[in-house]
Amino acid sequence: MRPFEEFSGLVAPIDRPDVDTDQIIPKQFLKRVERSGFGQFLFYDWRRRQDGSLDRDFVLNRPRYRGAQVLLTRENFGCGSSREHAPWALLDAGFRVIIAPSFADIFKNNCFKNGMLPLELANELVDQWFQRVAAQEGYRITVDLTAQMLTGSDGFCCSFEIDPFRKRCLLQGLDEIGLTLEHESEIGAYEETHREPWQAAVAGQREEQ
Amino acid sequence: MPTLLEKIWQAHLVHQQPGRPDVLYIDRHLVQEVTSPQAFEGLRQAGHAVRRPDLTFATMDHNVPTIDRDHIEDPISAKQIEVLRQNCREFGIKLYDLGSSRQGIVHVIGPELGLTLPGLTLVCGDSHTSTHGALGALAFGIGTSEVEQVLATQCLPQAKPRTMAICLEGQLQRGVSAKDLILGVIGRIGIAGGIGCVVEYRGQAIRELSIEGRLTVCNMTIECGARAGMVAPDDKTFKYLEGRPFAPQGKEFERALDYWQTLPSDPDARFDHEVVFDVSDFAPQVSWGTHPGQMTEITGRVPDPDNYADEGQRRAAERALAYMALEPGMPITDIHLDRVFIGSCTNARLEDLRAAAAVVRGKRVAASVQGMVVPGSQQVKAQAEAEGLDRVFRDAGFEWRESGCSMCLGMNPDVLQPGQRCASTSNRNFEGRQGHGGRTHLVSPMMAAAAAIAGHFVDVRDWFRQGKITEEVTLS
Repeated sequence: MRPFEEFSGLVAPIDRPDVDTDQIIPKQFLKRVERSGFGQFLFYDWRRRQDGSLDRDFVLNRPRYRGAQVLLTRENFGCGSSREHAPWALLDAGFRVIIAPSFADIFKNNCFKNGMLPLELANELVDQWFQRVAAQEGYRITVDLTAQMLTGSDGFCCSFEIDPFRKRCLLQGLDEIGLTLEHESEIGAYEETHREPWQAAVAGQREEQ
Repeated sequence: MPTLLEKIWQAHLVHQQPGRPDVLYIDRHLVQEVTSPQAFEGLRQAGHAVRRPDLTFATMDHNVPTIDRDHIEDPISAKQIEVLRQNCREFGIKLYDLGSSRQGIVHVIGPELGLTLPGLTLVCGDSHTSTHGALGALAFGIGTSEVEQVLATQCLPQAKPRTMAICLEGQLQRGVSAKDLILGVIGRIGIAGGIGCVVEYRGQAIRELSIEGRLTVCNMTIECGARAGMVAPDDKTFKYLEGRPFAPQGKEFERALDYWQTLPSDPDARFDHEVVFDVSDFAPQVSWGTHPGQMTEITGRVPDPDNYADEGQRRAAERALAYMALEPGMPITDIHLDRVFIGSCTNARLEDLRAAAAVVRGKRVAASVQGMVVPGSQQVKAQAEAEGLDRVFRDAGFEWRESGCSMCLGMNPDVLQPGQRCASTSNRNFEGRQGHGGRTHLVSPMMAAAAAIAGHFVDVRDWFRQGKITEEVTLS
């Protein structure tokens, strides 16, 4: 995983609560067997009108937000399906940081696994950022993960909370599978002491397909 | 003192260290075609094997055709299915393939096969993995990176969730089902009400539900934001499990039983959150909006956005009504349907089909409606056919299909056309979920069946009262 260093990016606002992963990437694009190339399908149905033409009113289609890397949005972002294709699409489209009052649990996990930073801030602070982004074209936010600080291009700043383990994983680009395999001997020991028939799926040879 | 969740958590700790998430052992890993290819590719790139292929089970459900199993029109769907076959061969994983009599939606076949057992940890790259908690397991959906992690290590680092008790007291009315219970709960606590929590469902209404009804309730737990729902195992659970292919047999079953009986939350167990609902006045539920929290009852009306105090909620309601093409104040019974879908991991088990068939028997689907029944698994399909339920549906004008996820999310050819309105027994009414521009109303199997006959929503309780439904229906 790529380490998360100090980062600064243009902010795009999606002012809707409860954005679900079906909107972030619709189901017809989940059939690829690769991790890459999903960015072109990000918010596919919201980017387009019924006739397939681009909807110029949709915020991510507006020229001032082209190249945005920070997504500012409302509560419960990423609810619904567990599809990791949602953070893959956001990342592939350039987004590295998402700021919202809350995230759905699975989506939040999936972001961290991909070196993305889902940041939870109090509602009032999120309101503040929305106002500032609207007021100034080209508004950027700088994220200092080490200091846990956000700074806007107008000087507005706030601190944020993050789980210390998540923070370390992001900063060092740690591979969680590698971390778990450090406990190899404990995993083996657990398996040795948990061999009851209802734990291991050994009974199931009775009925074959 | 400990809750059901805490007992299972404690029993699966492989490693615990301050400042890090607990490392939990995973007893069962279910795999499907959509969320696994990148995980297997990751294993190959890192040179990892699958640690416990014997605890890993695969099937294809999302992409599969429900009419002709031999013809997958979309080449990308066909490739995804083929890639799962190759991966299962390469890594030695048991696959319930399209031709298998055990194929089905992963959350229907897990309990059916006895893979899901009380006290186990079970994961799958699918959010509706919460379903399996109905048998007293800790079961939750994971992303593809976590799928890779479980394949490689059979473990998952997890921060301990908070606990939430949802107590459902009272007795359900005739015509009100498990689906209405959970839709009613989501309507009340909201779609983010359970974030960060594992829910344990308790109370008279839960105890009285069948296992299949409990599976429906736990299935939709993810729609209130909680990752897992659970029900304490009881005699119904044990009876359900006995004799299933992967359940312990004979003396081993007796020993397992001794353990399973220790699992329910202690009487003095404390939950971080607790809510109580009296369900005796729950009516059949119908969703009016574009997420499962936008819910009302069959006796209700489409809400007026102006009545929302919260600005965000008001705008969300306005957008939802525009997408759904509904007018504020319109009675729910005035909503006419184009399509009816009876299926999905929420409501395509045998009791669901029996309940829908009881409503349909001897009647005809309205001329304006296309109705479709998609059993949750090939076993459900075979059992339903043995009982003649397929005839009841076909005689009424429903299509009777092969098993799969089908129009719950429309990754296969079963989709709504733009503007079509559907009464669906599935779990999500998000924009475009069942097809671009499609409009979904979430309801129970009985309500979907009655809507198919009438052509618009009706209160299925009235049909019971009026003697239009003569069969007894199990609670599901």
